[in-house]
Amino acid sequence: MDLNFGKEYKDFTKEVKDFCKKYKGVHFTESSKVPLSDSFKTGEIKMTRSDWQKILIEKGYFARSIPQEYGGHGGESDIIKSRIIAEEFAKSKIPPPMGGQGIDMLVPTLLELGSEEQKQKYIKPTLHGEIIWCQGYSEPNAGSDLASLQTKGELIDGNWVINGQKIWTSTAQYSQMMFCLVRTEPDASKHAGISYLLIPMDAPGIEIRPLVDMTLNAGFNEVFFTDVTIPEKNIVGKRGEGWAVANATLSHERGSLSDPNAMMNRLNSLIERMKQETINGEKVINNKVYRNKLMKIQGKVIAFQSNSLRVLSAKVNKNQDVKIAGMIQKLVGTELRHELEGFAIDIMGELGTLYENSPNIRDGGSWQIAYMYFLGLIIGGGTSQIQKNIISERGLGMPKEPKVQQGA
Amino acid sequence: MYFGLSEDQIFFQDNVKKFLEDNASIDVIRKIANESDKTSKEDLHNGIVILGINNILIPEENGGLGLDLLFATAVGQSLGEGIATLPFTGSYVMAPIAIKYGANDEQRNFYLNEMSKNNVNFGVGFSEFFGSRNESELSFSNNKVNGKTLFVLDCDFATHIMLSDKKGQIGIVSLESSGIEIIDLITVDKTRIFKEIIFKNTEVDILENTSRSDEAISNAIDAGRIVTAADSLGASKAMLDKAIEYSKERKQFNRAIGSFQAVKHMCAEMAAELEPCYSILWHAAHSFDNKEKNKKIMACHAKSHISDISKMVSKKSTEVHGGMGFTDLLGLHYWFKRIGVNRQILGSPEMVREEAAQSQGL
Repeated sequence: MDLNFGKEYKDFTKEVKDFCKKYKGVHFTESSKVPLSDSFKTGEIKMTRSDWQKILIEKGYFARSIPQEYGGHGGESDIIKSRIIAEEFAKSKIPPPMGGQGIDMLVPTLLELGSEEQKQKYIKPTLHGEIIWCQGYSEPNAGSDLASLQTKGELIDGNWVINGQKIWTSTAQYSQMMFCLVRTEPDASKHAGISYLLIPMDAPGIEIRPLVDMTLNAGFNEVFFTDVTIPEKNIVGKRGEGWAVANATLSHERGSLSDPNAMMNRLNSLIERMKQETINGEKVINNKVYRNKLMKIQGKVIAFQSNSLRVLSAKVNKNQDVKIAGMIQKLVGTELRHELEGFAIDIMGELGTLYENSPNIRDGGSWQIAYMYFLGLIIGGGTSQIQKNIISERGLGMPKEPKVQQGA
Repeated sequence: MYFGLSEDQIFFQDNVKKFLEDNASIDVIRKIANESDKTSKEDLHNGIVILGINNILIPEENGGLGLDLLFATAVGQSLGEGIATLPFTGSYVMAPIAIKYGANDEQRNFYLNEMSKNNVNFGVGFSEFFGSRNESELSFSNNKVNGKTLFVLDCDFATHIMLSDKKGQIGIVSLESSGIEIIDLITVDKTRIFKEIIFKNTEVDILENTSRSDEAISNAIDAGRIVTAADSLGASKAMLDKAIEYSKERKQFNRAIGSFQAVKHMCAEMAAELEPCYSILWHAAHSFDNKEKNKKIMACHAKSHISDISKMVSKKSTEVHGGMGFTDLLGLHYWFKRIGVNRQILGSPEMVREEAAQSQGL
């Protein structure tokens, strides 16, 4: 066991801290369609979001291992440096690099499986925030059983003609492009009939309808395709390889849904809230029942954070096997975060139910919003039940469910 | 940066595991549990002493191996996995740590040297300090001890008993002294024996530093909690492995029960909750070894969190085994009960969590 990162990383931490000091108060000027978190709307240093991305790439704080020819920093990938950057940025409330499905999922996919032309055309503007992407995977009848998707793509006169519907499409309303799974080989078996297509969102025949979720935000959309026509070359991988192409990025998404640093920050905010709230004149933090529950959650959060250190360690030390430790993160992380947020509501009692701009609301209603939002994340990105299938079958080697006979 | 057990630690851990697999089958454990078979127990103890587990935490200058708590934790996992009917937490973890911090030079060298040669072996009774009950009351005065203490750990091969009063002062009593009455406490867990001990004007050697500071008892209890958690984690791992194995073999409705989602999800839930327990356990031991500021918080959370998860695993694994899980035939209950007793010794989860809260100033 050695939890020191060594001199190189100590120096790097200092460098990042200095950077954070220099750019404290950065906020963005352009009226970006992408909503900004409140804390990045005001401050001393004004710049565009794209300029900020360029500074971060230049320093190697973002797109570190992506080759320069595609707009990246062109350095060695370094998972520990990435973690230091994330931690220090969060501590000093500096805007993090832009994320989103284009950067987190499409760029790695293109780097691995895209054509040279696609890499040249899409990666740089995506990194600079000039192209926003949305993900077109789920359909009304293809959720957990994603591979049963039915949106149809036909190759007619050198163009793909697409008809069908996608759902749960976050950011569709301000995206320029969608990476999309489409059934192009209707005669092939379920998984072998899918292709991975890149669709401009301004193509005629695309209709976007907002889908309001339980937090009352329109976080998702439904996207309808009627004879949407795109060039044949907008395919990643070959025809029928879409499932494999998509799987390269799905595992990426699952890891990112449960950030242990965010969880620890949230736990600390909860402790602060418990020190401030009183019931009948007694501070909530001094109430034995609530204290005990708080400690129970703290134990879980520490265990989860330690687990993520172990997963990080296996990325640095190639011979370390932590298969199950990695597999459980989405399940445990989202469930635990939901529990933590829900407990914060409990310690506030009736006040915990306040919403929107109600008088007496605490912390801007963030506990209520997150409590519901994380229920969404328990379901999204592969439900908890699907995660348990994966853990038991691939992690524990338990037998698969027998296939139901068709037409039986 | 490396988060996990080292090759040496894994090697030691595997050796202990293999020793127990070869020498402590369920039949041997059953014999020791049901008939208090002393010979089998002694054979096992002699074997494990040859492996060196009594010497892990004793410094090299006193003839020990000079290893750290993370090593002891790694070994603790194997002892729990094999439900070893052997002393460890009290005799070989808490006692040397209490001596390290609490003894004067003369006491330290005497006890540690003798321990390394297996001439001195401690039972440990610290319940007075962290959770005194109605029945007990213990006091030291003028190098004599009077009163009664409950749940003394690891007395099987003990030559001496290490005790504490409510203030955390630690005294050592030789079992050759007069005025000692030892009574068996029979718990659900027959793999280990706990004692009630009554002292009447018995001679006691007070560890000198412990009258000034509770550092010694505090460290010994932190370490004891971490290693008890390791024991529960090892036992839980064994129960999960057994559940998975059984679910692949047992057929109902013409298919392995492990192919039903209801059963699969129970196993996935056990694995998902158990996996982070390894990390918090090793992290806590590492914090202890490095004397980190948060070491007490980590020790408390490792004990209480792993106690909770192990309780869940012990129930679910039994359920996966169906009716057979409930029988004595399979012997699964030895692991169930081991976990149940570990949960309470050195402090139940609620008590220990309150300590975690206080030690962070809440």
